[in-house]
Amino acid sequence: MSSSIADRVITSKDISRNRRKLGFKGTAWLIARYIGLIFLFGFAVLPIYVMVINSFKGITGVNQMNAFNIPTKLNFEAWPAAWAVLQVPMLRTLVFVLQSSIISAILGSINGYVIAKWRFKGSKLVFTLFLFGMFIPYQAIMIPLVQFNNRMGLGGSIYTLVLAHVVYGIPICTLIFRNYYAAIPDEIIEAARVDGASMVYIYRTIILPLSIPCFVVVLIWQFTSAWNDFLFAIFLTGGAPNLAVATTALNFLTGSGNQIYYGTNMTASLIVSIPTLLVYMFLGRYFLRGLLSGSLKG
Amino acid sequence: MQKRLKSRLGGFFFVLPSIIAVAIFVYGMIAYTLRISLSNRTSAYITNLGWAGIKNYTGLFHDTDFMHSFGNLLKFTIVFILGALLTGLIMSLLLEKGIKGEGLFRSFYLYPLAISFIAMGTVWRWLMSPNKDKEASGFNLILKTVHLDFLQNDWFTSSTGSMYAMALPAVWQVSGYVMALFLAGFRGIPDEMREAARVDGATEFQIYRQILFPQLSPTFLTVLIILGHISMKVFDLIVGISGKSYVTKVLSVYMWQVTFDATNFAKGSAIAIFLLLLIAIVVIPYLRYVNKSEEMK
Repeated sequence: MSSSIADRVITSKDISRNRRKLGFKGTAWLIARYIGLIFLFGFAVLPIYVMVINSFKGITGVNQMNAFNIPTKLNFEAWPAAWAVLQVPMLRTLVFVLQSSIISAILGSINGYVIAKWRFKGSKLVFTLFLFGMFIPYQAIMIPLVQFNNRMGLGGSIYTLVLAHVVYGIPICTLIFRNYYAAIPDEIIEAARVDGASMVYIYRTIILPLSIPCFVVVLIWQFTSAWNDFLFAIFLTGGAPNLAVATTALNFLTGSGNQIYYGTNMTASLIVSIPTLLVYMFLGRYFLRGLLSGSLKG
Repeated sequence: MQKRLKSRLGGFFFVLPSIIAVAIFVYGMIAYTLRISLSNRTSAYITNLGWAGIKNYTGLFHDTDFMHSFGNLLKFTIVFILGALLTGLIMSLLLEKGIKGEGLFRSFYLYPLAISFIAMGTVWRWLMSPNKDKEASGFNLILKTVHLDFLQNDWFTSSTGSMYAMALPAVWQVSGYVMALFLAGFRGIPDEMREAARVDGATEFQIYRQILFPQLSPTFLTVLIILGHISMKVFDLIVGISGKSYVTKVLSVYMWQVTFDATNFAKGSAIAIFLLLLIAIVVIPYLRYVNKSEEMK
């Protein structure tokens, strides 16, 4: 279902029809619409524009007064400087985020399959209780979670973050898969069952091959939210430098006290944003699907 | 029949690991946080829980920092919800009939959701710089350039308007999301409904007011719930832009400070539970409503 609602957003209406009867009033409206759209476009683009142009002004060639100006000559020196600080944390983030996203997607797929197609007694309640977990403020579990990790000997390792993103990703991943599987006709499953296929066999041979797009949606969703996460990272790693991830390293770099190295700060912010921006650029359609699944109603 | 029963049970066993995980890590840990909030663990040196009753909660309402953070959160929430709702609605209204270049506009309205606010914080701190006149930068510089000097202000460092300024980057980030939700809503309404109204001589304005908007009321509700809970949880946006600065402190930031810097776990837990209740009041009725409307289908 989540795919159909996202498709609704991306399928523009046929505009060739509108064009033929465009009188004076119609033209005026069209121009007004474009003015509105371009103004909002400017609002949306301004921050990233400032980020990009100032990353090419060198480490000290930037000041607040010239922030909007295009650089007079390209200076790349801020890039290696920022990369030197971010290289290790970003690699660490990539490794843990890949692990947590894959595990979350597998769990989500299994849960979604059972909840959509093999309802057991109380499965509806289970699903609702899962959903509520999506909305909780993580502050409400953070102190016990830190204690749990320390007692389990996970404190001081990046696996605290893998665990957190997997567990607290269960609700959203289950929801996305459940909505996806709900749209697959029950008749297919019934037919296979009549032929004697088991639940696991149906999953392997029918459901899984159909699930690829949904796996992409969930992987992207989990990747983006874990990559951008700051709350779990700061609480669970305690800001320890040997566990720094992309966001905590960046916050340490650009936080108060270091705000004079504008060039490096801007570049570092841009570098940290590049992975998720690339995902968005190339797989935006799947990103949108994940986003709309979070709205519950398919 | 027996096979059927077996596979139904089998289904339960496949979900069981997740059920256990959610039971422990969501509900168990909420319960434990509640327990800590009723305890005497007011510093890292106290390891015995003890029983403090609701003292930590009543204490909150006499704590000026807490009341200040709560007030800030309410101010932020109102401006943020109104701002994001309006901006997103306008975006969708401008796009919903289809227009040349729609894909481009849509992509650029949505990209802010892909970026972390720790990263955008640096830029927004600049855009909303309090420097004025000769040293003006960011929005103040734009205002000066278009000769609206008198509108220059302190933005997020202002002692009175900080939270209203803070809503601006938040609106920037989520209005594309709101747009997508409304676009999905608009495009789910069959074109025939408009055509029929047009044939009956309704003006475009009347079509929106009397036909399209009433159809979108479930979308409005969803948007409000989503915005409301994002707003209550706001954290990295604030930290990314102004750190732990007093004028922009909200409950999540204050909880972080109390727990981390002051290691007052009992009080930190009480703030967290308070925040959870704020969200639960809104979300639980919504989940019930969603459940009901799914049953109707």
